[in-house]
Amino acid sequence: MEAFFIIATGALVAMTCALLGSFLLLRKMAMLGDAISHAVLPGIVLAFMISGSRDNFIMLIGASLAGLLVTLLIELLHKKIHLQEDASIGISFTWLFAIGVILISAYTEQVDLDQDCVLYGEIAYVPFDLIYFSGGQLFFPRATIISGLLFLLTLGFVLVAYKGLKITSFNSDYAKSLGISTLAWHLVFMSMVSVTTVLSFEIVGAILIVALLVVPPATAYLLTKRLKQMLVLALIFAVLSAIGGYYLAVFLDASIAGAMVSFAGFFFLLALIFSRLRARSLKVDAYLKE
Amino acid sequence: MNDVWAFFSFSDPTVRIVSLGTVFLAMSASVVGTFAFLRKRALVGDAIAHAILPGIAIAFMLSGTKNPIVLMMGALISGWLATWAMEYITEKTKLSNDTAVALVLSVFFGIGIMLLTHIQHSGTGNQSGLDQYLFGKAAGMTEQDLWTYSVVALLLLTVVISLYKELKVYSFNPDFAAVSGLPVKAIRRILNLVTVLAIAIGIQSVGVVLMAALLITPAAAARAWTSSLKIMLFLAALIGGISGLSGSLISYLSPAMPTGPWIVMTLSIITLLSLFFAPRGGALSRLLKQRRHSQKILNENLLKVFYKLSVERKLEKSGLNVAELLAERAINKSDFAAAIKRLKRKNWLLAEGKKLKLSSIGLVEARRVVRLHRLWEMYLSQRLNLKEDHIHPNAESMEHIISPELEALLLKELDFPTQDPHNSPIPYSN
Repeated sequence: MEAFFIIATGALVAMTCALLGSFLLLRKMAMLGDAISHAVLPGIVLAFMISGSRDNFIMLIGASLAGLLVTLLIELLHKKIHLQEDASIGISFTWLFAIGVILISAYTEQVDLDQDCVLYGEIAYVPFDLIYFSGGQLFFPRATIISGLLFLLTLGFVLVAYKGLKITSFNSDYAKSLGISTLAWHLVFMSMVSVTTVLSFEIVGAILIVALLVVPPATAYLLTKRLKQMLVLALIFAVLSAIGGYYLAVFLDASIAGAMVSFAGFFFLLALIFSRLRARSLKVDAYLKE
Repeated sequence: MNDVWAFFSFSDPTVRIVSLGTVFLAMSASVVGTFAFLRKRALVGDAIAHAILPGIAIAFMLSGTKNPIVLMMGALISGWLATWAMEYITEKTKLSNDTAVALVLSVFFGIGIMLLTHIQHSGTGNQSGLDQYLFGKAAGMTEQDLWTYSVVALLLLTVVISLYKELKVYSFNPDFAAVSGLPVKAIRRILNLVTVLAIAIGIQSVGVVLMAALLITPAAAARAWTSSLKIMLFLAALIGGISGLSGSLISYLSPAMPTGPWIVMTLSIITLLSLFFAPRGGALSRLLKQRRHSQKILNENLLKVFYKLSVERKLEKSGLNVAELLAERAINKSDFAAAIKRLKRKNWLLAEGKKLKLSSIGLVEARRVVRLHRLWEMYLSQRLNLKEDHIHPNAESMEHIISPELEALLLKELDFPTQDPHNSPIPYSN
């Protein structure tokens, strides 16, 4: 039962990330996701210190503010100060992350967060924080419920907003010429990414969220040219990584989140080899036809 | 205060080793990072820093020691592999560069975390301390570490100095470097190698997550102060060194404080201050310049209004009031008031009660602006054959830019015309 809950939670988080990550990849904003996932740390720590509780809602507000702050800081450095974009991203998120770590070290007594949890998350502890339903008969881990709701929300968002997301991600100039507000779409999309990052933060840790956002979509992207197929494949790779990762972690007695990412990386490697072989055979075919 | 004094006397050997080591690490990362910054590879550095982790873990698993040289070999190999993987994915697949960077970063790091936790859980007692690579632990530096790092830092510096010209050309313009017959591939490999080396030793002080800051933040700060690569390298090293020192000072004064994040904190503050306040490249100086320019434009536009109303339409000899001026040209009221104040301070305008009037030097200035406007209209219509109704908007912006030298050339070219294309007279000063 414990294994089931851990795998289910991991798979739900990974699927949420796979859906959003596919569009993040098409928008060429993979590194921005990286920046946000680091920069939410000071927001979470501050929310923690002020409220003194692990209340998800307050943490969500703190982290969303920090996520917004880093996006604004990057914009400010890049657009107003004319610093190149990669340096703007690098400087902003490292600074905010450093502030977060300093806050944790300064208030270790008040803050029940350690640096390791920031990096690996605590997916192994998922089955021990339970919520009971119908008089204690039925129970689910809190994290599983949260990640389940988050996945449903994201799935609903992608289904409803599919057309808009597609057109603004593939060709924003064309979308603009049709009178679609690309800025509004950008903001809505980025807030979805921020919320996901924050809610998954506790479960898989800061850096591994980036992996879940980027690796399964990139794997799917190598195998297909159709967006719908890409989304479905990304979901499949996400689930497989969660299952494979769990058993690999149990076998090695290692971090589950780390093993999930290793598995996702393994699938990417397979897809890379497959796509290279296919490209080569297409070349041979073309040569033979001539 | 006594503690600060104790720190700077460097009598404590631990303080000596830690501060010297941190300064060395920060300086070599800053120098190498300057090239990464110029090549717009800031985030590649971040990825390499994360990718070093599995190399360290595997080196430890194979050798069973924490010897810094052995671990660094592991770090070098996996850092090198990650660099190659990013280049391969960007070149050979349809994935974009930033996706490749994020992908390599997270997968390598995930594997690293997995191996690291595996090592920790299969504990033999010897494994503790490996996680210092995550957040860095400068305070734990030994004399052997210091020797290793100083040798590597010296090596990096030698490479940069001896290949200075090649690295410079390649970083600014790789295509030009290739066309000039430089061995671009070899230069790129050497740059990659020194970057990986600098990162491999640098994570000892700040850890993998914050390593990107040590590489590029000093370069960004230095860039705001200078355009010369030599000065930039020197400044970046200086800023990196100062931050390294202040990081070790803070963690010496308050042992609960981590060195790495404080180094990054100092770096970021210096850099943000530089980006805002540097005299030439800073945001503030640019903002002031823009403001001065828009003030100049407003001043000159007002002078034109005065000229048109008082000289050409001879509306009123005794002066004009504010309503008449605003009716001629729509200007935001507060901007208008500020501009009137400036013109009075320059003695270009004279106030008589509520009425305003051009002074004699104001008249000269007003004539100049109107003359430039009409001369440019003349040039557009006569030499460039633009239609009369197309020339006014362009002249509106050019009149503020044309220099006295250009004016002289225009006058000569057009042979001192007396009327513009709309048959208005062109005013000369005498």
